[in-house]
Amino acid sequence: MKALIIDYEMGNLGSVRRSFEECDAEVLISTDPHDLKLATHIVLPGVGAFAEGMEHLIRGGWIDPLRQAVLNDRIPTLGICLGMQLFADRGFEKGDTPGLGFIPGKVALLEPGNSDSRVPHIGWNEVDFVPNTPLFTKIPNKSDFYFVHSFHFIPENNNVIVGETPYCGNIVSAIQSENVFGVQFHPEKSSRAGFQLIRAFLEYNH
Amino acid sequence: MLKKRVIPTLLWKDISLVKGISFDSWRRIGSIMPAIKVYNTRDVDELILLDITATLENRDPDYESLQEYSAECFVPLTVGGGLKTLDQVRSLLRSGADKVAINSAAYDRPAFISEAAKHFGSQCIVASIDVKYHKDGSHECFSQSGTHPTGKKPVDWCKELEQLGAGEILLTSIDRDGTMTGYDIELIHKVSEAVSIPLIASGGAGNPQHMLEALEQGGASAVAAASIFHFTEQTPAEMKQYLGNKGQPVRNINASTK
Repeated sequence: MKALIIDYEMGNLGSVRRSFEECDAEVLISTDPHDLKLATHIVLPGVGAFAEGMEHLIRGGWIDPLRQAVLNDRIPTLGICLGMQLFADRGFEKGDTPGLGFIPGKVALLEPGNSDSRVPHIGWNEVDFVPNTPLFTKIPNKSDFYFVHSFHFIPENNNVIVGETPYCGNIVSAIQSENVFGVQFHPEKSSRAGFQLIRAFLEYNH
Repeated sequence: MLKKRVIPTLLWKDISLVKGISFDSWRRIGSIMPAIKVYNTRDVDELILLDITATLENRDPDYESLQEYSAECFVPLTVGGGLKTLDQVRSLLRSGADKVAINSAAYDRPAFISEAAKHFGSQCIVASIDVKYHKDGSHECFSQSGTHPTGKKPVDWCKELEQLGAGEILLTSIDRDGTMTGYDIELIHKVSEAVSIPLIASGGAGNPQHMLEALEQGGASAVAAASIFHFTEQTPAEMKQYLGNKGQPVRNINASTK
């Protein structure tokens, strides 16, 4: 089992690596898209802004190889925070930017609406997940995970939603479309529940 | 529901863990690494790690040490001290920081906050401000580890920081720091009313009632504390249990998986 963590200069790679190692994965942090061929699992982490994230993926030559690996070779892939958001068709952080388009949807700024929610959404919040979702295997429903974000994923089809979190009304906090998984929270910073989610991802077989 | 966080603050001077009173009389109280391991084992909500002499000594953050610390830390880590360039922020985030705290440099060049927010996203930019109480009842922000008056009023400055793109405010009362006599509730309340980003209250916690006051009356999203954990037997878990019993939403670590 080899988990490839994509290094596109967006974020906390060290934390992601350590948490995957803690879950007994062999980890390769890579700046070379050719390495996707070695991966049994792919992780797109990310802290930062949507436009800059896409720019870095393009500059690193990741777009086509990643599309091949994810959509054709169907390698299980986990997007974390910005990584999940980049799976969308479009992002509206600093203008309108096309995304990877792996899961139809858009990424927009959190709006408190009538709630007293503060933005950014920072801290531990619960995830209400769809029963028997692979990603949440052996995790009690409504466990808390760590969030730190200002934007959120709005999928086109509700059937990709596997987890929701009560904030700014309700936000989508986990998505899945076959082998493509995304979480808005940070499993690598969510202590025991986070480790279990990473293990469940590593055990997923398509 | 979003939980109220209890955050131990670790102050870092050379390679020692220190704690002072009102930003002075520093006592060496151990090493950073064992403290991080203990807090990680205890599953705290988050940690703040501040290098208190980096700005005064005009040097870079110690990325190498941070890499070692973050490797043992599976909860969110905010790191600050001496930050004034985007490269430093990038390097800290690469070294394992989840958020960075910017203090003195924001007064010298407010655009640094907006540039950092633009590049790395507001969510990881914590504006840290240190505030002194004047006898006439006013509050003033101080930079350079509390040594330099800035003439800024905390409410105005925090609004400005929010406008610039800061994602969170870490508000420390210099007068209360290390005294364990309670947070400056009036200050916290004024600032939390004025901004719509999360506010971490810091400086003065001596018991769990103080934390409850900062959350309930002050309107803080989180409470940071140091002395209470270093010099008393009280733990973050006990704090949260108390807060939970008083009706505050806190993370129940027993509910998460083993």
